[in-house]
Amino acid sequence: MTALGTDLGEVAGFAAQHAYLAGVPLLLGLLISLPLGWVALRRRWLTPPVIVGTGLLYTIPSLALFVLLPGILGTQILDPINVVVAMTLYTIALLTRTVADGLGSVPDHVRQAATAMGYGPLRRFWAVELPMAVPVISAGLRVAAVSNVSMVSVAALIGVSQLGLLFTDGFSRSAMGPIVVGVLACVLLALLFDLLILTLTRLLTPWLRAART
Amino acid sequence: MIATIWAWLSDPTNWSGSGGILAQALEHLRLSGIALLAAALVAVPIGLYVGHTGRGRVVLVNAVSAFRAIPSLGVLFIAALLLLPRLRGDLAFELPSLIVLATLGIPPILSGVYAGIGQVDPAARDAARGMGMTSWQQLWQVEVPCALPLIFSGLRSSMMQIIATATIAAVVGLGGLGRFLIDGQANRAYDEMAGGALLVAALALLIDLVGALLQRFVVSPGLTPATRR
Repeated sequence: MTALGTDLGEVAGFAAQHAYLAGVPLLLGLLISLPLGWVALRRRWLTPPVIVGTGLLYTIPSLALFVLLPGILGTQILDPINVVVAMTLYTIALLTRTVADGLGSVPDHVRQAATAMGYGPLRRFWAVELPMAVPVISAGLRVAAVSNVSMVSVAALIGVSQLGLLFTDGFSRSAMGPIVVGVLACVLLALLFDLLILTLTRLLTPWLRAART
Repeated sequence: MIATIWAWLSDPTNWSGSGGILAQALEHLRLSGIALLAAALVAVPIGLYVGHTGRGRVVLVNAVSAFRAIPSLGVLFIAALLLLPRLRGDLAFELPSLIVLATLGIPPILSGVYAGIGQVDPAARDAARGMGMTSWQQLWQVEVPCALPLIFSGLRSSMMQIIATATIAAVVGLGGLGRFLIDGQANRAYDEMAGGALLVAALALLIDLVGALLQRFVVSPGLTPATRR
């Protein structure tokens, strides 16, 4: 099946690779920024270095990072691992601050109540603080997801296979079709990620719906 | 690996001349500066209006987040394919990219401005009205100064977006430090690519630092502790 002179089977393949390159880093980044954000919040002297340091990561242009990582990691320039690492770094850059803000937004009386009920620090984190921080963290995650999807396409310039290849391919043949299909597919993928995170957030925060009705 | 990159970076012949590092860095700054100015000219008035009146806030929030999903590389190619055949001279290489750079720079500024105005303490606003200020005076003498930290962070993230996209725009013929990345790849010269990448990263960090310093001087000292959180 084709649309605008583009093979849709090929587009689906690219989209799957794109989803992998944008999605895996999202999970990895979240896993890493949870402890980072917690540390930044709980150890006051660590707040500026962690927040400023992760913020600086985000100023590095994506194309520059894609090119520099093979030199640092010792990988091949075409290796998709470079893209996964780069996107994970960007996700950490966006999420660490959000995690710190989210955990910081848990009211003190709630934490004290948990402590009074006999929750240890670890259980209190998992059972009380983290769930209550979900809405804030999920807002940050949505931003990271959408910007990951659009940034992964830049990796087409160094030849990593994903939806961005439709852009470079279309441009080299002066064909508008593949580029438009690629942009639409990217936006659609970003929307899907957004919907997925929204749904997960709703499932994880049943008390918010209960409060509204 | 590091030695070859260093050799490329420390070779004086790479720094001088019309295609040299210095010239390309200045070109990168010039193009990014023009794009930021154009983006601010569009985004600041709209942001001020929405922040001050509260009208159209929902539309704006959704538009800004939808904008983020648009892949800059694809838009660059579309603009280049549409406009390149219709333009002549130097403008042909710069205008399509500049339009895209400015357009992608708008959303961060917009969200910074309206969020900044929107989060101004209502008590400060009421006090201004109580003192007999007109709506216009309230905006310029109370709301804008109070919103400056967020306006600045919007401008800074817009500049980062523009610098990053200007790097990519080398692929459609735009000058700037991105040239080393794209040309280096075409020549299979990893030292040139990596050297260029380092320079772009350094330039972005430097500009963000300048933005942070500027913010420190412009923002009223009375606001700083609250924004640092």
